[in-house]
Amino acid sequence: MPDHVTDVTDPGTSLPGSVTSVPRHSPTLRKLRRAGVPALAMTPFFLYTILGLGIPTITVVDLAFRTSSGKFTLANLHAATTGVYRLGFESSIKMAVLTSVIPGILGVILAYAIQTGRSGVMRRLVATASGVLANFGGVNLTFMFLAAYGSQGTITLWLHAIGINPYSHGLRLQTFWGVSFVYMYFQIPLMVLVITPALSGLRPSWREAAQNMGASSWRYWRHVGIPVLLPSILGGMLLLFGSSFAAYATAEALTGGIIALAPIQIGDLVNGNVISGQQNLGYAIGFGMLVVLAVTMVLYGLVRRRASKWLR
Amino acid sequence: MASIGAAMSAEFSMENALGPQIPVSRRRPRFRTWRLIVMLLAGAYFLLPIYAGLKFALENDAGHFSFFAVKALPTEPGFGAAFWLSMRLSLVTVVLSMILMVPTTIYVHLRLPKVRRVVEFITILPIVIPPIILITGVLGSYPLWLKSSPYLLSLTYVILAMPFVYRSLDAGLSSIDLKTLVEASRSLGGSMFATMRRVILPNLRPALLSAMVLTLALVLGEFTMASLDLWETIPVWIVNFQQQDGHVTVAASMLGLIGSWVLLTLIVSLDRSQSRRSLRKTGGL
Repeated sequence: MPDHVTDVTDPGTSLPGSVTSVPRHSPTLRKLRRAGVPALAMTPFFLYTILGLGIPTITVVDLAFRTSSGKFTLANLHAATTGVYRLGFESSIKMAVLTSVIPGILGVILAYAIQTGRSGVMRRLVATASGVLANFGGVNLTFMFLAAYGSQGTITLWLHAIGINPYSHGLRLQTFWGVSFVYMYFQIPLMVLVITPALSGLRPSWREAAQNMGASSWRYWRHVGIPVLLPSILGGMLLLFGSSFAAYATAEALTGGIIALAPIQIGDLVNGNVISGQQNLGYAIGFGMLVVLAVTMVLYGLVRRRASKWLR
Repeated sequence: MASIGAAMSAEFSMENALGPQIPVSRRRPRFRTWRLIVMLLAGAYFLLPIYAGLKFALENDAGHFSFFAVKALPTEPGFGAAFWLSMRLSLVTVVLSMILMVPTTIYVHLRLPKVRRVVEFITILPIVIPPIILITGVLGSYPLWLKSSPYLLSLTYVILAMPFVYRSLDAGLSSIDLKTLVEASRSLGGSMFATMRRVILPNLRPALLSAMVLTLALVLGEFTMASLDLWETIPVWIVNFQQQDGHVTVAASMLGLIGSWVLLTLIVSLDRSQSRRSLRKTGGL
C-alpha cells in the first residue's frame, strides 16, 4: 500500500512500472506543449484581428502621411484641417456634442421617469424597446423619418393642416438640425440603456437619509443624486458622442452626401470624387477622426473608473 | 388632482411620521404629471415616425390603403439580386464568425483567463474605430483579387460583429460552470471534440443563438461598408432605388425595421431567460 501512495505523489521515481510513461512527458516537451498549445489555439483569433483590424487601421494612419507616390508629407493633414474639410470636422464635432448632450439629458429624464414609475410592464417594455431602437440607425431609419417629416411626410402634412409650414422656415431633414433630429432616435434609447443600471444603483436609503436630515428634493439632487450619477452620465454622453461622430449611413442616405460632415467627406473622397493630388486626403481625415475618438475613449475610461466608486 | 394627492399622502405617511415634516405629499402629485408629460412626449417622438412609415408604405399614389408597394417589392429591378447577395453575405459572416469566435472564447475561458482582458480589449475596438475608417483602410491595403470579391465584406463584417459576438458568448460561458462540465466529461472518457459537441455547445445554445442573430441583424442592415465597396446589398439598393418609387422604398425600409425589431426582441428575451437561469443557479445575487 505505501508503494501506491508514493506512486501518486512522485510518479516515475519509485516504481519501475511507471517509468515507461515518463518520456512522453519529458520536461522540455511539457514546457513546449504548455506554451505551444495556447499559442496555437489563439493564433486564428490574433491573426484574424491583425489582418482585419490592425492592418487597415495602420494603413489609414500610414497613408495619411504619404503623397500618392508614397513619400512622407504633412500636406494631407494640412488640407484636412483647412478650408471645407476643417468645416466638416467642426460641424461633425458640433453635431456630435449636440446629439450627445441633449439626448443624454433626455435619456436620463426618460430612464428616471420609467425607473421610478411603479409599472413593471412599462419598465420591461421600455427596456426591450431601447435595446431595439438603439440599434435602429442607418438607411431604414432614414426612410421612416422621410415618410414622417419629409416634404410630403405625414407629420409635415399635419403641420400644414394647422397652418405651420416647417419647410418654408428652412427646417428640413436634410440640414444639420434635421440630421441631428434623426440621430436622437437612436441616441436617446442608447442613453436609457447605459444609464438605467446607474439609476438603479442610487440607493433609496440615501434619499431617506437626506430627507431625515431635512433636505428638500432639490438639495438631495444637488448634493447627493447628481454628484453620484454625474460620472455615469458623462460616460454615457461620451459613448453617445462617439456613436454620433462615427455615424455615416444615416447622414449619407438622408442628404445624399451633400452635408459637410467628416465621415461623409471621407466617403466622397473614397468614392472617387477626388481632385488630383488629393488621393490620400481621405486617410488624413480618417486619422483626425481616430485621434478625436481615441481622446474620447481615454476620457471614457477615466470617467468610468470614477463612476464605479459609488455605483457597483 | 386631489384624489392623487390623498393617495400619495396615505402612502407616504410613514416617511412623514419618521422624519421632520417635509412637503413630500405636496411635491409628489406634481412629479407624477411631470412623468406623464415625459412619457407622452417620448411616445410621440418614437411612435409617430413608425406610424407615418407604416402608413406611407401601405398607401398608393392616390393616398388610399393598398398593399401594392409590398407586393411590388420582390419584382423591382435589382431587388432580387440585392436580397440574394445580402443572404449569402450574412450566411458566410455568421458561419465564419462562429468558427472563429466560439473555440477562441471557450479556450480563453477554460485555459487562458489571463488573456481574457486582452481579448476583451481587442473585441471592443471595432466599436471605437468607425466602419467608414475601417473600410477605407481595407480598400487601401488589401490585394485586388480580394477586393473584387463580395466576400471581402463578410470578412470585415466578422470584425464588425466581434464586439457583440464575443460579449454574447462571454456572458453565456460565464453563466455555466464550464470547468466542472469539462472535467466531468473528460473524466468519463469524452474526447475534447465530444465534450465540445455534446456538453459545451448544448449548454451554450442561447448565447450562440443570440450571437448569430446579432450578426445577422448587423449584416442585413449594414450600409457604409457595402456602399463604399460598391456592392448592392439590400440597404444600398434601397438608397439607390429611392428616386424610382417612394412607397416601395419606405415599404422595404419598414420591412427591414420590423425584421430587426423581431430579431432583436428575440435576443432581449433570450438574454433575460439566460440571466434568470444563472441567477437561479447562484441563488440570487
